[in-house]
This record gives sequence, structure tokens and C-alpha cells, in this order.
Amino acid sequence: MAKPDPIIRVQGLKTQFGAQVIHEDLDLDVERGEIMGIVGGSGTGKSVLLRTIIGLNRPRAGRIDVFGLNLEALDLGERRLAEQRWGVLFQDGALFSSLTVAQNIEVPLKEHLKIPQPLADEIAALKIAMVGLPPEAGAKFPSELSGGMRKRAGLARSLALDPELIFLDEPTAGLDPIGAAAFDQLIRQLQRTLGLTVFMVTHDLDSLHAICDRIAVLAEKRVMVVGTMQEMLKQSHPWIREYFHGPRARAAGLTES
Amino acid sequence: MADAWFTTERGAAGLLVQAGGLWDIRHAAALDADLRLFAPQGAEPVRIDLAAVERMDTAGAWLAYRTAKILREQGHAVELVNAGPAQQSMLDSVAASDRPCEIEPRRINPFLWLLGHLGTGTLDVLEEARQQLGFLGLTLTTMARVARHPSRLRFTSLVFHMEKVGLDALPIVGLISLLIGVVLAYQGATQLQRFGAEIFVVDLISVSVLREIGILLTAIVIAGRSGSAFTAEIGSMIVNEEVDAMRSLGLDPMELLVLPRVLALMITLPMLGFFADLMGLTGGFLMSWMALDISPALFFDRLHSAIGAWTFWVGIIKAPFFAFLIALVGCLEGLRVSRSAESVGRQTTRSVVTAIFLVIIVDAMFSVFFATIGI
Repeated sequence: MAKPDPIIRVQGLKTQFGAQVIHEDLDLDVERGEIMGIVGGSGTGKSVLLRTIIGLNRPRAGRIDVFGLNLEALDLGERRLAEQRWGVLFQDGALFSSLTVAQNIEVPLKEHLKIPQPLADEIAALKIAMVGLPPEAGAKFPSELSGGMRKRAGLARSLALDPELIFLDEPTAGLDPIGAAAFDQLIRQLQRTLGLTVFMVTHDLDSLHAICDRIAVLAEKRVMVVGTMQEMLKQSHPWIREYFHGPRARAAGLTES
Repeated sequence: MADAWFTTERGAAGLLVQAGGLWDIRHAAALDADLRLFAPQGAEPVRIDLAAVERMDTAGAWLAYRTAKILREQGHAVELVNAGPAQQSMLDSVAASDRPCEIEPRRINPFLWLLGHLGTGTLDVLEEARQQLGFLGLTLTTMARVARHPSRLRFTSLVFHMEKVGLDALPIVGLISLLIGVVLAYQGATQLQRFGAEIFVVDLISVSVLREIGILLTAIVIAGRSGSAFTAEIGSMIVNEEVDAMRSLGLDPMELLVLPRVLALMITLPMLGFFADLMGLTGGFLMSWMALDISPALFFDRLHSAIGAWTFWVGIIKAPFFAFLIALVGCLEGLRVSRSAESVGRQTTRSVVTAIFLVIIVDAMFSVFFATIGI
């Protein structure tokens, strides 16, 4: 059986800020329905890669296909349609501060699909419940929420249009271990019930271990290795060894001490 | 079929609803409108057949679930049948998440809201006044302490801020004053012409520029330019926790941040005011000469008799007071920033408004004072 086309295909990507080259000749495929974790040292351009795929940075060279569409070649209208098929969770939720949580979720519904107000309210309530926020959170403003709740609210907004693909930028950063574990499980559960593909930049070994199907390691301006956790543990590259066999990895129960 | 649809058919066993197509968020708006109108009669059993549904996401599942729920509440026996495994799990997760929530905070009685708003507004103003008074005291004691130990003065920082608030402001202050001189000369002359007293336009320009406009305008420009910069600089340091870091290292933010800014502005604002006076007079002079045919000799002759020594000093003496106020408000509002980015913007706006307001209040007080002592 032929493998289906990957949902994200990055080929020969080059990104550059001024004279500083971030990625050079970077290739990466993300398959439909998997949770792909992106790891790498500070400054290796994990978040830059995410921002480049969703079109917030322009690549210098290379080609990015999402849903089998070459994003560079699309006109504005087609691009808007493609953007509605993915959701993005930024680091601190990036909720609009002048709107309540429920209104934040309604923004894409009303803006793109002209969903009538009563249905938008119902869908907002549904998403709020799905991400595990209490009903009273709907009428609250982002400044009244804790960091963990803001992330859940951001996730609810990214799920508003029922995307096929979601991008998560360090979803568990800044959460306490219990909150982080709960967030991991939430992502896993939503991914299963909604059939999502998840592209996740993370530093959290626990999340990598608990929910990622495959892991891509960014180093030396490209994707060094892609594989499952088991395959990562067998790698001999010094940085990868250090990352997956270090003291924190042992604490996460990845390897025996 | 690339759309979402449903058909109804009345059979022996009740109403059969066939649903099909793409039951997803893109087609939800159209489906929603039709489903809300869907009202079977009496209490006949309803069977919703999902066999022909090609795609179902949470929005579609919600619509199917909601329809079934409403029908059940109306007393119909409802069955959802032939859902695929993925659709069934979608329906289950929607059913598990059926919890209505509030969308906006509840609105209260507008009269009560107005009353509450008035109350909190008043308390805010009083609280701010109290803080300004406290900050004034703190600044003065810091000044006194540094005066006793001059080595504690951050000289580099002082000179840096003098350059930023003084030297760098010369072009904008000069240009604005020049133009105001031109405008005054022109507007004044057209009025005075009616009395054949055009020559008194020199008195008008010199007295108003030197006593009031030169320094007041400079203070307002500097409040907008430097007062806001003080708030934004100190505010973003608060957001970055730099001020907390300073305190934890045993450094006094009053000495490091506030005093250099206050002193820099107190030193440079009189100089800027002097420059503004000169530029204002130049503007008036050029206009008188070119458009009103008042010769330079006549202009300077008139200028000599129009102004005394005090005309200049009455203006310039106010400059350090204005500078102190602007810097004080700018620094205080900066220190009042809470640790969020939007509060930097809010406090910066507030800083400019408060500083200009206070400058004008103090200017009015000076006018009364000078009038009373007769200069």
C-alpha cells in the first residue's frame, strides 16, 4: 500500500535573519494523524520553523507544502482557506485581551464562516468544555485567568474551526508538572477523538515521552534525525545522547540510571 | 454531493431523517438555520440516519446531538443510527462536553454601573494624588541625600539623559516655537491693523512669547516627548523585572532611574525654554519684516521698550518647576506599571495627560502669583 502524502512536507528550506542563517537545506515530513515533537537546543530555530511553516516568516529558499498545497504558490484567497484548516497555539495563548474567552473562540467562527451568534455561542461553550475549562471561564477576560487556563483557552480558540492540523509552540512551558501532564493528556485525547495531526515544539521530555509519536531533532541548521523515542535513545550524536540520556531524561524515566 | 443536507420522510415507524454530505463547520451555518426550523408534529418517534454523512467534525456532531436533544425534550423518542466509529466517537465527545457557559460578563444596571464608575474613578484620582505626594517626598529626600553625598549622583546617566531630553529636542522645540512666532505675528497684526496699531504687534509677540508661550509650549512638547519616554522606559524595565533585580542587588531605583531623569530635565528645560523664546521672537521678527513691513531697526527699537528684564525671567523661572513636575509624573507612572505589557501603554498615556494638566495648573498659579506681586 502506498503511503499517503504527508500533511506537511518541507524541502530544502533556508531561513535567514540578516547574515545569520537559521536553517539550511532543511527537510521534514509530518504524516497525517501523528504527533510530531520538534526538539533542539536554544537558538536552533524550532519556533522559527513553526512560524515559517504557518507563514509568519518568509523562507529564503525551499518549498513548504501543507495539505499537499504549495503555500508560496497560493493566491491570497486560497491561502486564507488553507490557514483555516490549521490552528495555532502560541506560547502564552495569545488571546485577544479585550475579548472574553468565549468571544476569543468566536472570532474565527464569525470572521471566516459567518456562523450566526446562537450557534457560535454553542460552539464556544462546546470547545471550552472540550479543553477542560469550567463553564464560568467563558465570560472571563484573559487577564483574569492563570497561565494554564490561558493555554487551554488558546487551545480552544485554535480548535474553533475544527482544524485538521494544529501547531503548538511549547505547550507545557510555564506549567507546573501536574498541569503539564494534564495538558499532555488533553492534547493526546483531542488528537485521538478529533483525528488531529499535531506539530509541537517542546523542551519537555515528559511530553515527548508521553504523547509524541515521532520526534525531529533540529541541530546544525537542519533536521538531524527523525524517529520514535526508542530510536532517539539509540542515537550516537553527542547532543542527542546528552539530551535523551542526561539527568533530566533519567528523571523522566526514559533511561535507567 | 459536496454539501450538507438532510431529508425527512414519514413512515410507519415515525419520522425518518436522512442526513448526508459534509456535516462540518463550513456547512454548519446553513444546517443550523434549517435544523432550527425542523419541528415534527406531536410525539412521533424520530430516527436520524447518519449513514450518508461523509464527514463529521465537532460542529456537525454538535448539530446532530443538539437536534436529538431538543426533540427528546419535546417528547419524541429519538434514535441516532448508522454512525461510523469516528462519527460515534465525535458524537460521544460532544455529548460529554455539553455544558453551556456564559459568553460575556453579566451586565449590571447602567445607573449602578455609572455610580460605581464614578466612585472608583474618584477613588483612583485621590489614590493617584496621594501617590504623587508620596513620590514627591521620596524624590526630595533622595535629592537631599545625594546633595550630602554628591558622589552618589550618577553623572554618566545624568549627561546621557540631558542629551536625550535636551539636545535631541532642539529641532522640534525650535521649529514649533518659530512657527508659533509666525502665527502670533500674523494673527495679531490682522487684528491690530483695524486700529492702525500694527507696530504693537512687536509688543504682542515679545510679551506673550517670553512670558508664557515659549516656556509653556516647550513644557507641553517635552511632556509628550520625554515624560512619556520616562514612563515607557521605566515601565518596560518593570515588566522585565529589572527594577526588582536592582532592588535585590541593593541598588536604589530612585537614585539610579528617577534622580538622573529629574535633574536632567530640570537642567535642560530652562535652556530649551530660552531657545524657544529666541526662536519664537525670530519667527515674529521674520513675519513682521517680510509680511508687515516693519523694518528690523523699528522692530528692535519697539522690542527694547516693550520688554523689561522681568518679562524674560517671569517666563524662564517657571521652567525648572515644569521640568520637575513632568519628570516626577513620568517616573511615577513608569513605576506604577504592573507586570503586563498593556499597562505600559496605559500608564504612558496617563503620564502625558497628567503632566500636561499639572503644567497648566501650575502655570495658572504662577500667573496669579506674578499678578499679585505686580510683575
